[in-house]
Amino acid sequence: MSTQANLDAYWKTNLRYLTILLSIWFVVSYGCGILFVDALDKIHFFGFNLGFWFAQQGSEIIFVILIFVYVNLMNKLDQKHGVAEA
Amino acid sequence: MSILMWTWIIVGLTFALYIGIAIWSRASSTGEFYVASKRVHPIANGMATGADWMSAASFISMAGLISFIGRDGAVYLMGWTGGYVLLALLLAPYLRKFGKYTVPEFVGERYYSDVARVVAVICAIFVSFTYVAGQMRGVGIVFSRFLEVDITSGVFIGVGIVFFYAVLGGMKGITYTQVAQYCVLIVAYLIPAIFISIMVTGNPIPQLGFGSTVSGTGGVYLLDKLDGLHKALGFAAYTAGTKSTIDVFFITAALMVGTAGLPHVIIRFFTVPKVADARKSAGWALFFIAILYTTAPAVAAFARTNMITTLNDQPYASAPSWFKNWEETKLISWTDKNGDGIMQFRGKNAPDGLENELKIDRDIMVLANPEIAQLPNWVVALVAAGGLAAALSTAAGLLLVISTSVSHDLLKSIMMRDMTEKQELLAARIAAGFAVAIAGYFGIHPPGFVAQVVAFAFGLAASSFFPIIILGIFSKKVNKEGAIAGMLCGITFTAAYIIYFKFINPGANSPASWWFGISPEGIGTVGMMVNFVVTLVVTKFTPPPPENIQHLVENVRVPIEL
Repeated sequence: MSTQANLDAYWKTNLRYLTILLSIWFVVSYGCGILFVDALDKIHFFGFNLGFWFAQQGSEIIFVILIFVYVNLMNKLDQKHGVAEA
Repeated sequence: MSILMWTWIIVGLTFALYIGIAIWSRASSTGEFYVASKRVHPIANGMATGADWMSAASFISMAGLISFIGRDGAVYLMGWTGGYVLLALLLAPYLRKFGKYTVPEFVGERYYSDVARVVAVICAIFVSFTYVAGQMRGVGIVFSRFLEVDITSGVFIGVGIVFFYAVLGGMKGITYTQVAQYCVLIVAYLIPAIFISIMVTGNPIPQLGFGSTVSGTGGVYLLDKLDGLHKALGFAAYTAGTKSTIDVFFITAALMVGTAGLPHVIIRFFTVPKVADARKSAGWALFFIAILYTTAPAVAAFARTNMITTLNDQPYASAPSWFKNWEETKLISWTDKNGDGIMQFRGKNAPDGLENELKIDRDIMVLANPEIAQLPNWVVALVAAGGLAAALSTAAGLLLVISTSVSHDLLKSIMMRDMTEKQELLAARIAAGFAVAIAGYFGIHPPGFVAQVVAFAFGLAASSFFPIIILGIFSKKVNKEGAIAGMLCGITFTAAYIIYFKFINPGANSPASWWFGISPEGIGTVGMMVNFVVTLVVTKFTPPPPENIQHLVENVRVPIEL
């Protein structure tokens, strides 16, 4: 299964995953935690102002989730294209 | 039993554990010394990475730092965790697939150039020494505060321990010691945090207590209460920012990208058996780091509230006992400016016009927590052991980078190519020994600029390694001319900006004279962009890399051998 077309398809899908996941990464930290933090702070979320929550707690939690989502997506992708390690 | 007695016992036990692990896991080949034979379980590697990454500063200073700067403290929280997403998605799996021993080795081979490799080695050594000096100093400080020995002797003891397990065990010894050190430091961090959370909010989980109501206030949220206290005393609201948005943006980015470019973090992912393990391991690493990094802002808010409510406007005569204990260390002090015998804690523009009389060092927020929460003496001792674990584990990881850079990248690959493996292993041990000794020297005689050069370490890592590695993986066309020019321009730009504002003209170090309002701490982000642009432009006008490099890149992109 290591034909060039197969490898190209594998890499293209990988790049699509990266684009989506890194967009979320950017939006929660730089977006919600920095650029739009003051606007979001007007919304209350339990005992937090929402922008403050993203900056000091939410981003960190979402980062962890993003990596594990990536791990799962890539494990499946490796299998699908026959490039998973033994 | 007294605090001192408990501290000697717990620190003694943890040190005995580290030495035991070092003897059990001593290295007998260069593969074991450099990358622990690539047999580390991904979860164990995640813990080791956590300890490797979280330094004396994360453990002792970060929560206090956040409690003094409020929302802007997020630059550290996001900056020092977000880099792991970049590491997991963009670097770790591919560098693990490359399958060699060091970061400069990848740079050298991908860019088919010894010059590129040497530039990378110099960056790696500089960044690592910058960091390690601070760690050894941290060891000395913990010893002097908790064990009543002077800082110099404390540094000597720390140097002795690190020397033993780094020189004997190399990466293998360091890895398993770091796993133990992670366990010590996280327990030491969480126990006081949980009790303080119960004390302030009644919720045993600090991350939830952070957003809960304060006990006995009839439903006032902790952060609302803190904002109210701040306003009444003339401070900016705790949950509002004071730095400019652009500066927060650039500092966060510099810390994230710098994290992803730090060689002692990257090489941890060379130690797992498979590419899939490298990805998984990055997830576990961030999970273990996030346990501390989501507790820290909660501790910051608890400690700040506690500090204000228990000390402010109280008569000095009835100050709590922990206040008197820590006064001796000069981490906290009171000057009765208006002679009323009452301790006033105030910001710059206090509505009642009173002057501030309390001086509080940020480190006290973590160090004095167990006493503030009236926890038993053994918990205080545990915090000392945790601080030492954080400092020693980071120091060991950095020393390994220095020793492999010398023995593998400089000696074996460039200067003495005909070395046998045995000679290389000996060279690695000698280099590690020298590095420990130099680090110890800097711990005892800290250069006055340690605090300033932290910005340097991240700025350099961000502006040198990160762009070059990313382009090396995601582009087949980038060539050696581009890479070398990019690294040199990125570093020179970043270093010049930092040196100008920190050393040559520190008087001008203010938002008004910074470019676009970007502080020296955030300039690494611009340095990174400079590196990217220069690399791509130079590549356009110089010959493409040879055929075999294109194959190397294709091979690095998939988990199996092509």
